[in-house]
Amino acid sequence: MRERGAFVLGAVAYDPKVVAIWDGFQSYFERNGLAFDYVLFTNYERQVEAHFAGQIDIAWNSPLAWLQAERIAAALGRRVEAVCMRDTDRDLTSAILVRSDGELQKVADLKGKRVAVGAHDSPQATLIPLDFIADGGLIPGRDFEVRYFDLLVGKHGDHIGGEREAARALLRGDVDAACMIDSNVLLFAQEATLPSGSTRVLAHTPAYDHCNFTVLDGAPAGSVQRFRELLLAMSYSDPDVRPLLDMEGLKRWMPGRTAGYGALSAALDRFGTVDEFVLFASARTCA
Amino acid sequence: MRLDLGDLGFDEGAHLLVKRASRQLSLGEEMHVTGNAPELFTHLRVWCRSEGSAFRLESGRGGDASAAIIRSAAESDRWAGAESCGGARGSEPAAVVEQPPRTWGLAARGATVEVGAPEYGFTLVDKTEVWSAQAPRFYAQGAAAQWDPQTAIPWDAPCDVPDDVEDAIVQIMTYLIENETAALMVPSRFIAQLHPHFREVMQVLALQAADEARHIEIFTRRALLKRDKLGLSTSGGQASLKTLIEEPDYAVASFLLSVLGEGTFLNLLRFIEMHASDPITAAVARFAAQDEARHVAFGLAHIGEHLERNPAARSRLAAGVRRRSDALRHTAGLNAEVFDALIILAAGSWEHAAIRRGFQRVMQLTRDMDEGRQKRLARLGFDQREAMELSGLHTRNFM
Repeated sequence: MRERGAFVLGAVAYDPKVVAIWDGFQSYFERNGLAFDYVLFTNYERQVEAHFAGQIDIAWNSPLAWLQAERIAAALGRRVEAVCMRDTDRDLTSAILVRSDGELQKVADLKGKRVAVGAHDSPQATLIPLDFIADGGLIPGRDFEVRYFDLLVGKHGDHIGGEREAARALLRGDVDAACMIDSNVLLFAQEATLPSGSTRVLAHTPAYDHCNFTVLDGAPAGSVQRFRELLLAMSYSDPDVRPLLDMEGLKRWMPGRTAGYGALSAALDRFGTVDEFVLFASARTCA
Repeated sequence: MRLDLGDLGFDEGAHLLVKRASRQLSLGEEMHVTGNAPELFTHLRVWCRSEGSAFRLESGRGGDASAAIIRSAAESDRWAGAESCGGARGSEPAAVVEQPPRTWGLAARGATVEVGAPEYGFTLVDKTEVWSAQAPRFYAQGAAAQWDPQTAIPWDAPCDVPDDVEDAIVQIMTYLIENETAALMVPSRFIAQLHPHFREVMQVLALQAADEARHIEIFTRRALLKRDKLGLSTSGGQASLKTLIEEPDYAVASFLLSVLGEGTFLNLLRFIEMHASDPITAAVARFAAQDEARHVAFGLAHIGEHLERNPAARSRLAAGVRRRSDALRHTAGLNAEVFDALIILAAGSWEHAAIRRGFQRVMQLTRDMDEGRQKRLARLGFDQREAMELSGLHTRNFM
């Protein structure tokens, strides 16, 4: 039986490797004197609610889950803090791809076209790019058709499958444009999902940030501080922790910052994506 | 530093050029990358992020875009503390280390190994126990001496053998197959336990297993040349072989199998070759003996070096023979059918004089086997008394 006072993290099981990752972190934290445990959720909404219910001390949140938590906290008069993030969570962009041989040259050319996106709740493949296009004057569903590739809703686009399907739809000519995170533009090119020269980037969104470790006010300050110190102390030159960093896709941990969530926040404001969830989760938390 | 990628894209291998160039940067130094491949800077930005390198898009002179990247310490961090795992050439004195760490794993000897690799469960990790400086030479010889069972044996040669003698040959082949199966399994078991750092030993053992596979094939094929069924397998013979394949100590198993067992088989195979009345039987025995001679020579080299480095092991080897003899005390050893079959083979007919001659030849064979074992034991430094004792205790099943 585990120690009752363990610092408990919540994470979403978007892939089986998540267990190996957090088992590894648990071992690292415990080697360094921080009693640690973790709970896996099947979707971010359940994790956010569990966080407000006090079932976990810290959450490994998607950017959307971070904003959900931030908005619920605001409704309840509480505070959230982003503790740490990966170096690879900073300054991402999304791209709108079109076929190289097509005539589309600028965002305005998407008027009347079919645009493939990822899952409904994917910040990078759906919400941020659609808001970006809307900033250019084209309202999704009114000025252009949106084709969703909804794989694993609730996982906020962590699963790559939706974006790959969107890319394939673009190649087949089923859609006129496809939205995806910039890292998938490279990945799909290297794995030949998008053969060399078959597509081009119509536009990039402005840079934004991705996941962070989120705590609420009232989290055990000593444990939060120790957690942060231990993460920031992880070195890629340490062979014991390097496999964990490789699995989690980073070279070093960075302090949390919240300046990179503006684009997604604007998208949520525009589309009302999380309004209902925030409303009901706040109400349930109060009750 | 500047790097122009021209029209080479990241979907065509451009990352290799960026990697190569960035290795020449000192930490914190900037490199300016230009190029005109489609989406180059999208790809480069992502690549830099995944490598932990800083990326900044800049507008170059004349309107051409370029990107400044700063190499991260990640790659050098990964290889910090990496170690060279011995030398690639087994003939060089320092190439093979005394006790290679299990974390070197399957890395080729002489490679540079990242720290943090998983620890393998190899149990044979002590050079004193497993290494032979002659392993590279034996491997080269063994590799050069591989023969094709289809073409080496004159399968179409005339084979006019009396029925009784043919039956005897089938019984002998049945026995040989069983024994060669043991001789295949013993090295195979130890290959899986051996640290691959001792590469040439692993290769020699692999060739031995391959040799035995061929022997099993040609003995089976000879047995089925005129018959549809094989002969008898006795529980005594199997009990003897079981003690051999279950011997957990590599040096003891090598001693029992190669020095004593295969050494004894050399006499047996030459006996079969000499007295075979058909060229096919003679050929299968000859080709098998040729390989067995190499196995015996390697066993002698390995055990000889082992005893040189660790003279105390001599008593362990002797104890292995005595232990096996004790375990087999209540079994018959060589089955009577094989013994009788050897007499019939050597006799060639049922004439009284021929049977007498065959019997005498088999008696002479057992004396030759004993003498051969004693000679090999003496070569390994056992004194005459102990050599006689140990040879006498060797299994009556020959292998």
